[in-house]
Amino acid sequence: MNEPALFLPLIPLLPFLGFLLNGLLGRRLPKALVSTIALAFPLASFLIVARDAFMILSGSLAVPIAEQSAPDWITAGALHISFTFGLDQLTAVMLLIITGVGFLIHIYSVGYMAHEEGYWRFFAYLNLFLFFMTILVLAQNVLLMFVGWEGVGLASYLLIGFYFNRDSAAVAGRKAFVVNRIGDFGFLIGIFLLLAHFGTLSFAEISKSIAAQPALQGGYITAIALCLLVGACGKSAQIPLYIWLPDAMEGPTPVSALIHAATMVTAGVYMIARTHFIFDRSPFALGAVAIIGAATTLFAATIALVQTDIKRVLAYSTISQLGYMFLGCGVAAYSAAVFHLMTHAFFKALLFLAAGSVIHGLSGEQDMRKMGGLRKKMPITFWTMTAGVIAIAGIFPFAGFFSKDQILYDDFEHGLLGHSIYFVGLLTAGLTSFYMFRLWYLTFFGESRAEASHDDHGHMHEPHESPWVMLAPLVILAILSLIGGWIGTERFDNFLAPAVGAAIDPATQPGGKTFDLDLSLVALAVSLLGWFIAHLFYFRKNERAAKLAASAPGVYSLLINKFWIDEIYNALFVQPALFISRYLLGWIGETVIIRGSAWLLAGITGLFGELFRRWQSGNLRSYSAWLAAGAAALLILAAVVLFGHYNFDFAIAWAGR
Amino acid sequence: MHLALFLIFAIFCLGGAINLLLQTHPINSALSLIVVMSSLAVLYLLLGAEFLAIAQIIVYAGAVMVLFTFVVMLLNVGEEEKTHGSKIAKAVGFPAVAVILGVIATIILQAQKQLGHVSLSDGITTTQELSRVLFHDLLLPFELTSVLILVAILGAVALARKEGHS
Amino acid sequence: MIPSSWYLILSALLFAMGVVGFLIKRNLITVFMSIELMLNAVNLSFVTFAHEWHAVKGQIFVFFVMVVAAAEAAVGLAIIIAIFRSRATLNVDQIDLMKL
Repeated sequence: MNEPALFLPLIPLLPFLGFLLNGLLGRRLPKALVSTIALAFPLASFLIVARDAFMILSGSLAVPIAEQSAPDWITAGALHISFTFGLDQLTAVMLLIITGVGFLIHIYSVGYMAHEEGYWRFFAYLNLFLFFMTILVLAQNVLLMFVGWEGVGLASYLLIGFYFNRDSAAVAGRKAFVVNRIGDFGFLIGIFLLLAHFGTLSFAEISKSIAAQPALQGGYITAIALCLLVGACGKSAQIPLYIWLPDAMEGPTPVSALIHAATMVTAGVYMIARTHFIFDRSPFALGAVAIIGAATTLFAATIALVQTDIKRVLAYSTISQLGYMFLGCGVAAYSAAVFHLMTHAFFKALLFLAAGSVIHGLSGEQDMRKMGGLRKKMPITFWTMTAGVIAIAGIFPFAGFFSKDQILYDDFEHGLLGHSIYFVGLLTAGLTSFYMFRLWYLTFFGESRAEASHDDHGHMHEPHESPWVMLAPLVILAILSLIGGWIGTERFDNFLAPAVGAAIDPATQPGGKTFDLDLSLVALAVSLLGWFIAHLFYFRKNERAAKLAASAPGVYSLLINKFWIDEIYNALFVQPALFISRYLLGWIGETVIIRGSAWLLAGITGLFGELFRRWQSGNLRSYSAWLAAGAAALLILAAVVLFGHYNFDFAIAWAGR
Repeated sequence: MHLALFLIFAIFCLGGAINLLLQTHPINSALSLIVVMSSLAVLYLLLGAEFLAIAQIIVYAGAVMVLFTFVVMLLNVGEEEKTHGSKIAKAVGFPAVAVILGVIATIILQAQKQLGHVSLSDGITTTQELSRVLFHDLLLPFELTSVLILVAILGAVALARKEGHS
Repeated sequence: MIPSSWYLILSALLFAMGVVGFLIKRNLITVFMSIELMLNAVNLSFVTFAHEWHAVKGQIFVFFVMVVAAAEAAVGLAIIIAIFRSRATLNVDQIDLMKL
């Protein structure tokens, strides 16, 4: 084939090289060198991705392409699994987001983590994350994708627990890993089912196999889809496995931006889009996806209404927006979901990084009740965050408007279930707008409620703007949040269609384009309404918010305690698991098996020792008795066993005669 | 004639052996054993082994048993005490003896037809035949036994010496 | 004309009685005498088979058994004297320690 070289294997391997260099040598290298290594390799990856994407866009490359970059991985009987990387439109989009936004966050981290002890370790882990995430999206078979899947879970654990001296961070890392594991278990079952029914794990082959059976529906396809869905719920923090994401805010803010907003948590959405040919054949599974997405988006939005920690608000917002993407997938509007994934990556990363800038400027303060009046003191942060807030609220002409609108429209067109989901989505859009503007007002407007704060160096610090190395990525992301949606959903859908199937074409629906415009206006109105209510409550210091909370104490308590889900899970699952493991491991394992077997061994030896001791009595007569017994036994042995066949014919038996 | 001789001396053998078991004083047991050995000498003669018969009388009955008698009289312990040493001896030993006797007897009785007969008119093994084999084919074992006897003498002398002698 | 098996049965009986004596006698010298009885019984069976098969070597073996038995008797009785000197008893049941 005379296609231009794509350098696909280099895309993950370059960050891996960065991980190795920084991980093994970083401790001893000067900080400038660590930064250079950490930035150079992701930049190189991004340039390769950009070049490949450009080739796709300009039409000079026919995709999809699958490259096998190593000899066969697993060959067992009829099963062949290989390290195959491939590029198609969906992968290209994901790669651009991962390496592009990733690179920007790397730049930001140079500034944000400048005073940290484990500077080199942080960048090593970040590069490791890029390595695994790129493998995840480049993989052309499920097993290789699972390698990337697990790897990003590992990187997430390492980065959440980055401040390992803090108990809360270590616990949060562990919680994230364990909950992810539960999802991964579902994913694994799905893989086993795929293997059992299709005999192969390659996406292309499974897709071909399903396409060759037009009547294949439901049954085990539903089972496979549901198992994969469990995995996606774990990674993308949907009900019931979302509980790790708020706690994951213990990690440094760039981590929250990269992993828990832009890329890792979107792996679930990517996986559903990648395996869309399975989900398409199971309306039940798609319905489940939609319902989970709807429930999660509303649920998380309600909790975000009353949170006081700026990062927690953004975390619940992420869960809610991921619910939106699941909504899109649930009505088979995969390209709409991926579109929202892209715009979400821009403005959520922006929001997190800007929040990080605020936290950095306030020397570590994260409680919004202690913020305020930062508009004048941190102007660039203010304006970039404003761009992000408007984008997420879905207000024209920012990016969020287009993507969110597309999802809502596709929901509306999808029948009765779609209708009800549409209203849920609409309500959530309003709530999203409300709590994001609440965050905006509390942080930047009004009088400063910050207490006199001391930073690490021990002297009083005024809130100050962040250095340019942190602000430049914010500006770039703000611009992307503005123009990211201008690609237009139609062009985006057409671009992705070869990879995820044709999107629902609004023009073919009864009513055509005009419906699109009406729904857009409704959505816009709801978002502006949310802004207005937030303005009433929070623009100037007043008692409205407190009075509302006091008037519905039950509801307020429910929301502020996150519906007590963590406590319920603890009682239902964690405590019994601990009890069982203590019983099993502690009592049965430790005491019974280990100590018991040692005791048994010693006991048996002692017993036999006691027994045989009596034999050596020194008594001549007993010795002689045993001698006689031995002789008798030998005699019987000789007569019966050895010479029995001679039948006492001594003429033959006497040898040598 | 042959039968009568055999029966008489066989009964002497068995009687002497049983007496050995039943007597309590060791000197009585020793004397019974001498009876057994002498009877065995006659039986050897009936089987045509004239040299061995005489050797049996001279060596066994005349030297070994005299040695036994000397030691019994020297140590002069008297009658056996009735001590109960070990129940195992009876519980395991007697069945073992029974098994040994039973197996051997069974084998012999089953092979009765193949085994031949002994009669007085069978040839006697002359001393000349015996010595030819002994000093010709088996000279080395013969010399070794003389070394053995030498060692035994030295050992016996060393062991039986009174303590305190230089 | 006596069947050879009679001699062999006699030999077996003498051997068995020797073993019984070895088991039940309490005087050390008497135990030793039972051993001599066993050896004699075996000699008888050797001579019988030597006669049966006209093998002089059977009688030679008896010769050697006698020699060894004599040597053994000498040494064994010397040991018995040594034991008597140290323990003042010849009761088999009371001689049960390795230490002198």
